Amino acid sequence: MSKAKAERIPVKDLYAKAEKIYPRQVHGFFSRLRILTVFLLLGIYYIVPWLTWDDRQAILLDLPARKFHLFGITFWPQDFVYLTLLLVICAVGLFLFTAFAGRLWCGYACPQTVWTQTFIWIEEFVEGNRNARIRLDKKPWGPEKLLKKTAKHTLWILFALFTGYTFVGYFSPIRELWDGILAFSLGPWEWFWIGLYSLATYGNAGRLREQVCLYMCPYARFQSAMFDKDTLIISYDEERGEERGKRKRNADYKADGLGDCIDCKQCVHVCPTGIDIRDGLQYECIACAACIDVCDDVMDQMGYDKGLIKYTTEHSEKGKSTHILRPRTFLYTSLFMGLIATFFFLIATRTPLDVNVIRDRNNLFNETFSGEIQNTYQLKVLNMSQVANDYELKINGYQTSQIDGPTKFTIDAGGVLTLPLRVSIDADELEKRSNDIYFEITTLNDSQDTYIAKGKFLGPKKEK
Amino acid sequence: MTEFWNWWVIVIVAINILGCWGLLFWTRKMKENEVEDTGTTGHVYDGITEYNNPLPRWWLIMFYITLVFGVGYLILYPGLGNNKGVLGWTQEGQLEEEVAAAKAIYQPLFDKFLKVPVEELANNKQAVEMGKRIFVNTCFGCHGSDARGNPGYPNLTDKDWLYGGNPAQIKQSIVAGRVGVMPGFEAMLSAEQIDELVQYVGQLSGNQVDAAKAEAGSKTFALQCAVCHGANAKGNIALGAPNLTDDIWLHGASSRSIAQTIRGGHNNQMPALGDILGEGRTHLVTTYVYSLSNSK
Repeated sequence: MSKAKAERIPVKDLYAKAEKIYPRQVHGFFSRLRILTVFLLLGIYYIVPWLTWDDRQAILLDLPARKFHLFGITFWPQDFVYLTLLLVICAVGLFLFTAFAGRLWCGYACPQTVWTQTFIWIEEFVEGNRNARIRLDKKPWGPEKLLKKTAKHTLWILFALFTGYTFVGYFSPIRELWDGILAFSLGPWEWFWIGLYSLATYGNAGRLREQVCLYMCPYARFQSAMFDKDTLIISYDEERGEERGKRKRNADYKADGLGDCIDCKQCVHVCPTGIDIRDGLQYECIACAACIDVCDDVMDQMGYDKGLIKYTTEHSEKGKSTHILRPRTFLYTSLFMGLIATFFFLIATRTPLDVNVIRDRNNLFNETFSGEIQNTYQLKVLNMSQVANDYELKINGYQTSQIDGPTKFTIDAGGVLTLPLRVSIDADELEKRSNDIYFEITTLNDSQDTYIAKGKFLGPKKEK
Repeated sequence: MTEFWNWWVIVIVAINILGCWGLLFWTRKMKENEVEDTGTTGHVYDGITEYNNPLPRWWLIMFYITLVFGVGYLILYPGLGNNKGVLGWTQEGQLEEEVAAAKAIYQPLFDKFLKVPVEELANNKQAVEMGKRIFVNTCFGCHGSDARGNPGYPNLTDKDWLYGGNPAQIKQSIVAGRVGVMPGFEAMLSAEQIDELVQYVGQLSGNQVDAAKAEAGSKTFALQCAVCHGANAKGNIALGAPNLTDDIWLHGASSRSIAQTIRGGHNNQMPALGDILGEGRTHLVTTYVYSLSNSK
């Protein structure tokens, strides 16, 4: 027994505890750019639900009613194709920007980056800079640590709750939501969603941070497929930097065989994903350019040229010229522009009307004494616009067609009218047993929008 | 489920959950001596070596959480054989809840409309629209979406009523249904007599007919048909016997169709919908049907 114990082989865990990263905050051109995008994007996010349009929330995605108000247009589930197209445009846009400028999205615009940045500001406000944070975490629990941690998490949770509340405000009128929170009178689902999105914000931006980019984000994994040697990347100039090493300020380091890198590890300390950019291009790099800003500062202090770490391309690193215009960028650009043009064309020519033709199924057709064939239909006419409209109905394609039922009607904004009607067509005019019939509905306002819905008209078998 | 299948499901579910846990537990570590200094696992496939890039531990914990979730689900909801689950959730229960929720929305409207007599309610656009939607859902199969009827099924938009057209009569037809029987006279009447009858009822509706035959037919009518259709052939709403003088023909207007009706008779049935629709909906459908021939 004891012998077996001695021979026991030690085991290694295949799951590692995630190392906490303490990114140092940087000041520089790219950091200022990120501060700008953070304020811009978060500003849009938090302000938009408060905008009003015609006495109504300007953007309100009313899921229970299945109506999606975007300023002057109301979209319906029938308009799903526009959303699909919009998402395709976003995807192609991502490809396009990636091909031109690498992971621009990750570094400046991704919600994960934007909210993480905000959470780090809060953290730094309460706990201090990188070194102070590391010290605090190493300290045993005491009144100071307890106070600081409580303060940080309280601020985080408050900010996360406001974020969750705002998110739900896109789906449920935000002002009433606020009153509901104050009166504690929200339904269980509103509490649930506010809670869930708050938790997601707190978890993703406060806790998981770079773990989201490293292990969850699909884009981080497939973006390399869109990279080529002309894509903008953040890169350390190995030729110039190596051999890295410490040196005195005014020493003739080149004589010692040293490069420009003083091995101060600032680029590692500022990195939000905890990598060393000097190891080369890595999938973890979200191209935030913090290392560029900090290295430029160091180079300045040392009196060296800036740009030891810089935005560059693989081609230009190797001394070749970078091609901005290349088949990939042409393809993505033309696709992107084409899709955007299609999208706006479709929106501009969209008829805010939907018609469903439902033929009575139980009876093939009726014959009248005078030899007309009758089919009965229900037309479901949906007015998708934001105002009540008058409409006129007619039938296309038949000389003798007659509508027995209302042909002029009014539908309220967002209303559905069930229109039962009977259509008679002379038997002589019917070529086949099953014929196409077109119901044309014209909006009787300035737009004169017309919608044509197709149905089937059944008749008797033709005697040869 | 029988006892056998009950345990069959329980055992398979248990094996699956334990199996998942076992697999996770078993593969979460590897023996130290397999990990070489190079940071590889020591596995080589066709000259390709496998790096040991450990997944974060929270990833593993999420796997465990799914197992806990699964067990929690099986405790709360039905899933483990015949076990009903602590929450007592059932499909029927959910249906009843949803029906109750819908009723909570519609019942106040129904109650409001039920207080208004049909004649008055027929001028209320909302009530008529609601009635129309119920009609095109429930009644369209026989009467057509436009309520103009089909062969054998009456047109509800004209003033001709088999069982009477006042609101109470319409409602009675909907709630309790109607059965209309026209007996066949093939055995009792000769082909000639039937032909004469056809000429006579054609004449009643103002069609051009053979006057001599119609005259002969009138005698047969008085003997055989007047019992139900009335001596003046105006019909009888107590029996659902149609008025034969208005040129509205339930089973076809051609002389051939009318002859067929006399020979073979007809059994017509309007199903009772009172229980299916309930009081509120019945009232609204009545209003809609009434409005079709009484609007303005």
